[in-house]
Amino acid sequence: MLRYLLGRFWQSLVLLLLVSVIGFAVLNLAPGGPLSQFTLTPGMTQADLDRIASQMGLDRPLPVQYIDWLAHLLRGDWGRSYRDGRPVLDIIWEHLVATLLLMGVSTAIAILVGTWIGVLGALKRYSIFDYAATVGAMVALSIPTFWFGLIAIYIFSLRLRWLPAGNMYTIGDGSLGDYATHLIMPSIVLALVNIAVWSRYMRTATLDVISQDFVRTARAKGLSSRRVLLRHILGNALLPMITLLGLQLPTILGGALVTETVFTWPGMGRLFLDSLGYSDYPVVMGLLMMSAVLVLVGNLAADLTVAFVDPRIRLS
Amino acid sequence: MTQSDFLIPAHAKQRWWHSRSVRRFARHRLAMFGLVMIIVLVLACVFGPMLLPFDDLYIDLRGRFSPPFTGYHFFGTDPLGRDIAARLFMAGRISLLVGFAAMVISTVFGTVLGIAAGFFGGRIGTVLMRFVDAMLSFPNIFLLLAMAAFIKPSPIMITLIIAATSWMEIARIVEAEVRSLRERDFVVAARMLGLSNSHIMFRELLPNAIGPIIVAATLTVARAILLEAYVSFLGYGIQPPLPSWGNMLNGAQQYLDSAPWLAIVPGAAITLAVTSFNFIGDGLRDALDARSDML
Repeated sequence: MLRYLLGRFWQSLVLLLLVSVIGFAVLNLAPGGPLSQFTLTPGMTQADLDRIASQMGLDRPLPVQYIDWLAHLLRGDWGRSYRDGRPVLDIIWEHLVATLLLMGVSTAIAILVGTWIGVLGALKRYSIFDYAATVGAMVALSIPTFWFGLIAIYIFSLRLRWLPAGNMYTIGDGSLGDYATHLIMPSIVLALVNIAVWSRYMRTATLDVISQDFVRTARAKGLSSRRVLLRHILGNALLPMITLLGLQLPTILGGALVTETVFTWPGMGRLFLDSLGYSDYPVVMGLLMMSAVLVLVGNLAADLTVAFVDPRIRLS
Repeated sequence: MTQSDFLIPAHAKQRWWHSRSVRRFARHRLAMFGLVMIIVLVLACVFGPMLLPFDDLYIDLRGRFSPPFTGYHFFGTDPLGRDIAARLFMAGRISLLVGFAAMVISTVFGTVLGIAAGFFGGRIGTVLMRFVDAMLSFPNIFLLLAMAAFIKPSPIMITLIIAATSWMEIARIVEAEVRSLRERDFVVAARMLGLSNSHIMFRELLPNAIGPIIVAATLTVARAILLEAYVSFLGYGIQPPLPSWGNMLNGAQQYLDSAPWLAIVPGAAITLAVTSFNFIGDGLRDALDARSDML
């Protein structure tokens, strides 16, 4: 068990290092590198550019620059925003909660609905419901998130006037109910893709478990089918889903970016696009790195959870 | 077995369209629906603009925001009075082409990398696959947007960037497949015959891994079309006046109340195209018996 945990930590560290290399490569991708932002300034001469380059340390060899960049990153110095000069990490923290709230609620919806559809599909295999769920999942995976959001806004905000079309709360109101009504549409829109993925995997996982001996034994010893379903089938089928949740994190984060844009939700995705619009590269790079770190931490957390929940790993 | 069915050598007695895989694919109703839809879409995008009485770039300021079915504007007009149907077909040419080209590039790259990693294994394989893992740690859209923001976007650059962020799944699938084939008798025999590494990789291993690659490639087209739509919708993909399905939706949100067709029409086209490719991929998976983790 300890060996497994240490191995898993080590793996994550190596991945984190590779992630930082890729991030650094993207940063230096632009023709002219990080300097390109200054070239458009009126009155800029080559001599000025050279001076800025040497001030920013850009005239050093790339590996040296990388190590310096990484050292600053590890010390929590992620640079300052070009827009207002504030530390990048502070700005990201301010937007992180809104994104995590949206992702959390949306994932909870996806797990509940997806599990239900998946288990029902497996229990009534090849029924009309199962067939509809299969086709529905494939269509749901094909709908662009932002388009689904626009259609939802058109129907529920503009035509029916049931729900607000965007933002996280009404200015001047700030009650829990107000937050909740603003949260409903974006979290369901974001959940759609994950409901599709979750229900497909849940169906497969349930089918795997149903045919196992211990389920037959549980039925044979006279347990109610409800108890067999909840304790024996669901308990075991949900185990691989924890890993899946970790693997789905990049998709959920990417989807959150798009959803936040459509619903003007003040999270990381919205910040990312605003920063792109202002060519605020330190914030863009910070968010790119932060998204990957979140994914790695999420994956690690998922694997650790499985290790603690699954006796086959825990007791090994 | 089925894979060799699919890759029929010239001396085969059976014609390829009689093979079991093809018959199984033809019986897959969703896949056939997808195939027909893609053919219809491609034909519409190729010939549609010639049949319509409007040019996709013709601006008619007196005919702005015409709802669908005003005169010959079947899908209405946009905020500049351009015919949406004409733009939709021209946009389809670009969106489908970008999606297809990105698929070809990422499939070739992912396959070569996956075969190399699976065949050599050991340290080389580990390093390559860790690199794949690291790439997969970035949410696709974040990476895509960051790259698109640093590089001046043109259709070719957008295609390359999409390919650069969607080759990893194929590499994983191919690596796993090759790793499972590596110790099989026919590979051992090829080694003992003294065949070169590249011969074994591309003439022995590749043909035997072709089923999963074809399935993954089909699903990659669907994903590439979606990714193009995302970046273009967010304003960092295909740049106007060049139309794409994504950038047609770019300004649609502000007119959602007064002109909802601006949002509905291109989005429906994207959904139709992506769904069709996903259906085809599903049919191919059944027909070729290719398990893959890509949904």
